[in-house]
Amino acid sequence: MFSDYSAPPMWQNGPALGKYYDFPNVSTNKISHNSTNGKQRYHTPLTTGTSVIGLVFNGGVILAADTAGYYGSMMRFNDCPRIFQVNKYTILGAGNDYADIQYLNDIIKQKILDDDLHNDGIALKPKSLHSWLTRVLYNRRSQFDPLWINAFVAGMQNGEPFLGTVDKLGTAYEDKILSFGFGTHISVPYLRQEREKNPNMTKEEAIACIKTCMDMLYVRDARSGAKYNIGVISNEGSEVQGPFESVGHWNIATHGTPGQE
Amino acid sequence: MSSIGAGYDLSASQFSPDGRVFQVEYAQKAVENSSTAIGLKGKDGVVIAVEKLVLSKLYDPGANKRIFHIDNHIGMGISGLISDGRQLSETAKTEASEYRSKYGGDIPLHLLNEKVSMYVHAYTLYSMVRPFGASLLLASHDQKDGPSLYVVDPSGVSHGYFGCAIGKAKQNAKTEIEKLKLSTLSMEQLAKEAARIIYVVHDELKDKHFELELAWVGEKTNGKFELVPQSFLEECENYAKTSLQDSDSDNDL
Repeated sequence: MFSDYSAPPMWQNGPALGKYYDFPNVSTNKISHNSTNGKQRYHTPLTTGTSVIGLVFNGGVILAADTAGYYGSMMRFNDCPRIFQVNKYTILGAGNDYADIQYLNDIIKQKILDDDLHNDGIALKPKSLHSWLTRVLYNRRSQFDPLWINAFVAGMQNGEPFLGTVDKLGTAYEDKILSFGFGTHISVPYLRQEREKNPNMTKEEAIACIKTCMDMLYVRDARSGAKYNIGVISNEGSEVQGPFESVGHWNIATHGTPGQE
Repeated sequence: MSSIGAGYDLSASQFSPDGRVFQVEYAQKAVENSSTAIGLKGKDGVVIAVEKLVLSKLYDPGANKRIFHIDNHIGMGISGLISDGRQLSETAKTEASEYRSKYGGDIPLHLLNEKVSMYVHAYTLYSMVRPFGASLLLASHDQKDGPSLYVVDPSGVSHGYFGCAIGKAKQNAKTEIEKLKLSTLSMEQLAKEAARIIYVVHDELKDKHFELELAWVGEKTNGKFELVPQSFLEECENYAKTSLQDSDSDNDL
């Protein structure tokens, strides 16, 4: 304390030399000195959807995904469809964070509507949607705030089937067989084998193959559900079929190589 | 300074001593010099018809449309400066899209009308902006409210209507509309009458060439706003032309 004879200091409760004044509840000094001014973002998906598989057949494409929504390892939601009809040329499928999938799907739906409002008969084509998705997802990962999505675009472009994927980092590629998640390990080898045996698969054969895959995934993938949707697109148009239901049985496992039972 | 405005017409933010805002009235004049547009509301839908004046033979057919799709269920017809109308159609589209992203459904027309009116009105308040030189017809149909039709004018005032007309020949068109029993008419009948009225009020001496734009929304289109199909548009135009000839020959007698 000061003695009775000395004057109080001119400067009280002020900042130390070279520091800013500390306003109540707003600690400017702490931010500038104790942190990097960074912003924490979530870096894990919450409610997730598992595998998506895609297959090109002679004159069309199929996408399939189950409708389970997982919260970690807990199956929390039963009805989370992940195959969407975009327009008559295009189908979208997606896996991983379900909230991000819904968000992206809402944006795409409005985009399609905005397109329709021009009333010029021009609709978004699959290659354009695929390219647009690469920009959106790459842009978000570049801001260190990715949309936690693996997106699949299937469609017909100039009479040719198109199948492409984009992941949360913006990595994009096209192939005749594509998948995400456990499907990569379970379905892709089987689908490759089937496609090698029968390169000009018909729509019915391809649907049968995809259904076998969904059955296999249901018993082997602990994050999968019994109900699934299939999106089929060909020159006749696009439609989302289902939900179908896998009946869990292990014939697939006991009869040797998957798909050869 | 001795002209009509007498110095009080230079800014939209200033009243004249007798309580008028001249800039807004001039904007309304811009609409009155432009193509006629009418809207008719019947028992199961709404029809919008625009007499689009084609000022040069060198224009592409169908260029400079005056009917816009705002959302699946909402359409807009404009009279006045076409660029002003286009900007307002963009505003309306944005509002409809924002409503969907927030509330997950189609925007009711009375809400969209309110938003667009507020926007138009804001441009009558400040000296640094010019009011919109366009009037809008807004049409929609939904299960809950049935058909609805609104007009927004450059002052930002809007009303719901059974039948309305804006633009050059609005007086004549209104007289024609008043002769109809609107609430009994189906969408097809409305479209034919709308076409007829546009042909009747068209002033062939002053404006030679025009294109008829016709669009509708109602039960027959499943609540979607659509341009009237080409074949039916031709039917409506034929109906308009023949009834015009009939009334002409009546006059000759």
